[in-house]
Amino acid sequence: MVERSEGVVIDINGPLVQARLPGSPTGEQVRLGALGLTGEVIGRSGDEAVVQVYESTEQLAPGDKVVPLGHPLVVELGPGMLGQIFDGTQRPLDRIALQSGDHIARGLVIPALDRDRVWGFTPNPALRVGERLKGGERLGTVQETSTIEHRVLVPPDVFGELIQLSPAGDYGVETVIARVREADGQVRDLQLFHRWPVRTPRPYTQRDHAVAPLLTGQRILDTFFPLLKGGKAAVPGPFGAGKTMVQQQIARWANADIVIYVGCGERGNELVDILETFPKLTDPHSGKSLMERTFLVANTSNMPVVAREASIYVGVTMAEYYRDQGYDVVMVADSTSRWAEALREVAGRLGQMPVEEGYPAYLSSRLSAFYERAGRVETLGGERGSVTLIGAVSPPGGDFSEPVTSHTKEIVQTFWALSKELADARHYPSVSWTDSFSGYVGTAASWWREQVDPSWEQKRATALGLLAQADELSRIVNLVGPEALSPEQRWALEGAGLIKEAVLQQSALDEVDSFASPQKQYALLDLIVGIYRQGILALGLGVPVQLLLEMPILGRARRAKSRYASSELEQLASFGVEVKHAFEQLTAEYRDGHH
Amino acid sequence: MKEKQFRMASAARGGLLFMRGVPGVKFNDRVVVRDHRGRKRNGQVIRSGEEYVLVQVFEGTDDLDLENTWVRFLEKPVELTLSPDLLGRVFNGVGMPRDGRPPIVSRLKRNVNGSAVNPAARAYPREFIQTGISGIDGLNSLVRGQKLPIFSGSGLPHNRLAAQIVRQAKLPGEESRFAVVFAAMGVSYDDARFFQEEFEESGVLGNVVMFINRADDPPIERLILARSALTAAEYLAFDLDLHVLVVLTDMTHYAEALREVATAKGDVPARKGYPGYLYSDLAEIYERAGRIKQRHGSITMVPVLSMPSDDITHPIPDLTGYITEGQIVLSRELHSQGVYPPIHVPPSLSRLMKDGIGKGFTRDDHPRVASQLYASYARALDVRNLASIIGPEELSRQDRDYLAFAEQFEARFIGQGETTERNVMETLNIAWELLSLLPPESLSRLSEGDLAKYHNWDRSAAKVEE
Ligand SMILES: Nc1ncnc2c1ncn2[C@@H]1O[C@H](COP(=O)(O)OP(=O)(O)OP(=O)(O)O)[C@@H](O)[C@H]1O
Ligand SMILES: [Mg+2]
Repeated sequence: MVERSEGVVIDINGPLVQARLPGSPTGEQVRLGALGLTGEVIGRSGDEAVVQVYESTEQLAPGDKVVPLGHPLVVELGPGMLGQIFDGTQRPLDRIALQSGDHIARGLVIPALDRDRVWGFTPNPALRVGERLKGGERLGTVQETSTIEHRVLVPPDVFGELIQLSPAGDYGVETVIARVREADGQVRDLQLFHRWPVRTPRPYTQRDHAVAPLLTGQRILDTFFPLLKGGKAAVPGPFGAGKTMVQQQIARWANADIVIYVGCGERGNELVDILETFPKLTDPHSGKSLMERTFLVANTSNMPVVAREASIYVGVTMAEYYRDQGYDVVMVADSTSRWAEALREVAGRLGQMPVEEGYPAYLSSRLSAFYERAGRVETLGGERGSVTLIGAVSPPGGDFSEPVTSHTKEIVQTFWALSKELADARHYPSVSWTDSFSGYVGTAASWWREQVDPSWEQKRATALGLLAQADELSRIVNLVGPEALSPEQRWALEGAGLIKEAVLQQSALDEVDSFASPQKQYALLDLIVGIYRQGILALGLGVPVQLLLEMPILGRARRAKSRYASSELEQLASFGVEVKHAFEQLTAEYRDGHH
Repeated sequence: MKEKQFRMASAARGGLLFMRGVPGVKFNDRVVVRDHRGRKRNGQVIRSGEEYVLVQVFEGTDDLDLENTWVRFLEKPVELTLSPDLLGRVFNGVGMPRDGRPPIVSRLKRNVNGSAVNPAARAYPREFIQTGISGIDGLNSLVRGQKLPIFSGSGLPHNRLAAQIVRQAKLPGEESRFAVVFAAMGVSYDDARFFQEEFEESGVLGNVVMFINRADDPPIERLILARSALTAAEYLAFDLDLHVLVVLTDMTHYAEALREVATAKGDVPARKGYPGYLYSDLAEIYERAGRIKQRHGSITMVPVLSMPSDDITHPIPDLTGYITEGQIVLSRELHSQGVYPPIHVPPSLSRLMKDGIGKGFTRDDHPRVASQLYASYARALDVRNLASIIGPEELSRQDRDYLAFAEQFEARFIGQGETTERNVMETLNIAWELLSLLPPESLSRLSEGDLAKYHNWDRSAAKVEE
């Protein structure tokens, strides 16, 4: 690392500082002023550099010193990340609170990984001193939480001969646990952690197909608009439509190994909600506390805007690191719009030409480069791992044609469009069945066919068809009134209503129904599609539609989701039998030809 | 005190002073400007460079004679003096008395900009506040530490509603130590008086701190006023352990002042001329509400804003809604029908309600009742729409039940009047009377247990009527 001399502040304009700082490359980290505020060089002309500062620049003055640090923004990658809450540049917020109290003081430098903690390290028994090692190979393991085994990896940029590997024992993250002699004869000391620059995607051997659905326990997502492990998804919607709830539900229930929740420019209380509830919730897949597999990155809306831009990259780099250990990682980012706005603010202050609604021309390329970091890969160590990215989008005025939403829509494969009308009627999740899409239905279908039921695809199609038909019929009713509808059409409206209430609506707050296993999802779909079909048969026999609409069992069908948990599918099946009897009873006299 | 004094403002426009040749001025520092008549104005450095320094003057830069204007840099941020004596007093935006009494004297001074609360230090708000208003308590409950704005429009009774909340808000079964911080930005003389009289009448004046900037006061002062008020609120809540209710009115005037300065600075506008940083700026204010671990007090915030042209997608309500924990929206239509409070239920929301109501907090059925009222009212509005097309005679019996429900819901449940105070049980009981107008099969948000216990539906009566 080249030692360079200090620079000096010339001009302060909010989070952007102009400095005389010769030779400092774009991306380099610097510290400014007496407090040592952290910033990043984002542009230069001649001897002058433009620095974006991650902390408030209050009290900084022209003439204050600028110290270049000789490296870009990096994160620490090693055991001790799970269960934590970090700020947008990976400072540990709980240890910040210990030092600076209720409010975040400026200029604090606290490493992400706790230096006082020791970890029980088990070396990889397959490794022998003298062997050649390459980046991504496993040096050993550490039990990071009761459910997650942390695989200590050779950093991706290290190749050479293993000349020392520590025996099993308790070590701090900075302890040297292995030495490697590289081709040029240099010896590299390897610790339990290494650093990686956040704006550089971590390398892998090759991309692989996404094959398995990411199951979230939410029917409208899993059954209707599925996402795959390694896929990219967006949740756009106006304020209050339920983006955060969708993402929190995914963070709770998804069948992933690791969950990273990035709160990017959103509310402090939403992070507290997770911190207070997750430790008490049980992961339905491991049976252990949810916090064992989760960590948070938080740049709330009142925290400095520049660190907001960084927080997304900080999160995704940590996600890639667990992927490289062979895990399926999900990262939810709430909200990518705030990240884009941070870009816009910096671009505006730099005087860059705005192209649409003040956003710079590179908005779409930055967005797609970010989502490109999702994927299922063969890791350098030869394992399979994945990063699934799910970004909330907060369109101004709920207008989906605005730049961030429209660019994101081009990039992602799964688009869960939230609707204000549905949210206003407290139809949650307010995912619109007309504006949402998933490009993964084909792949998901083969999984459902094999794992759950061969007729999944067909029932799903029936349900979606009914919903579309009902939307059309509602338009007619609103023009000419319900009398214009045939009995079949009135029954189709009822069928669609049942699908909405008994299948699509799923309250996150309902203890029984907050999570639905794939089997329960299918059972409910089957029940309701079945009711619709039995009704059609009854109409064919001449049963008046009014009698069907007044069947008391329909009210019970609407509540079945909250009545039967995922572990009570047998009872749900017997309810299905009851429904059948009810229809048989109703149609009996018509079948016998009395009418 | 190290201070620097200069007389070299080279230009003034739109509330900003441009100064050349003042080296080493600290960003965001406090400035005092003395004009040619010797009168003082207050300001803050908003850009500091070797070439020039930009000062935002809260009282504006109108009729400054630059040749004879002195600018003093105080070498410290803008601060508010804090002491328990704040209670019962009236100030302007920079904390100067407006009530003719002497300034507060205390060693304790804090930077009004505050600093971000560490999310790891926050405690989640969960305590139900009873406002006595069914449209809030029943459907969109307020909890201690929440920020819940009122979205209104010109001529709608948002001030009366805010005052009613201040008057009636309480934690059921608890006598608590409370305070009110009232921040008025760009309000009319009458509105400011209205609140003052309200506080007097309800006997809380001694627990109120007022920060007032009227419509004819300098607009830029509003930018600092909101921050001064919240600095006072934080002190009362987290130093003196009080439960503080902050009313900020009208945030639209605040945002307009921000736009004015942004335009003068030449910032790139995002939507409707408002700068891209309006979101972050508003968040710096709203996020100061909340609860903090190991602190006994709390800050509950009720910002009031008028939606320009009643447009909820306008940047000010839109960005506010993206930051606050819900919103209470007022309806011009209900208001013109004489419904008070004219709460427009569908777009109203309380996000923190879920953790403050239900078993152990209010009553077990409360969350499901709220959800059912929403769903049934949404359906009733559809029916009303249909009735306007095909005529009410053409409606089915069930649809007519829904019409009746909508009418009662608006007239009785929502439109309770200004002097009625209902406890939450009364609110829930009225809710059940209304839900009993509807057939049980259509009430799928309620459990079978709820229906058995509270639903009073007489199918035979309905049939006979037909
Ligand atoms: N699946 C759900 N089940 C129950 N309630 C829900 C669900 N989704 C949303 N809600 C309700 O809607 C409210 C708003 O949801 P949420 O906070 O997720 O909105 P949002 O889209 O993230 O809004 P913003 O953009 O302002 O952050 C929640 O507080 C909750 O009351
Ligand atoms: Mg949200």
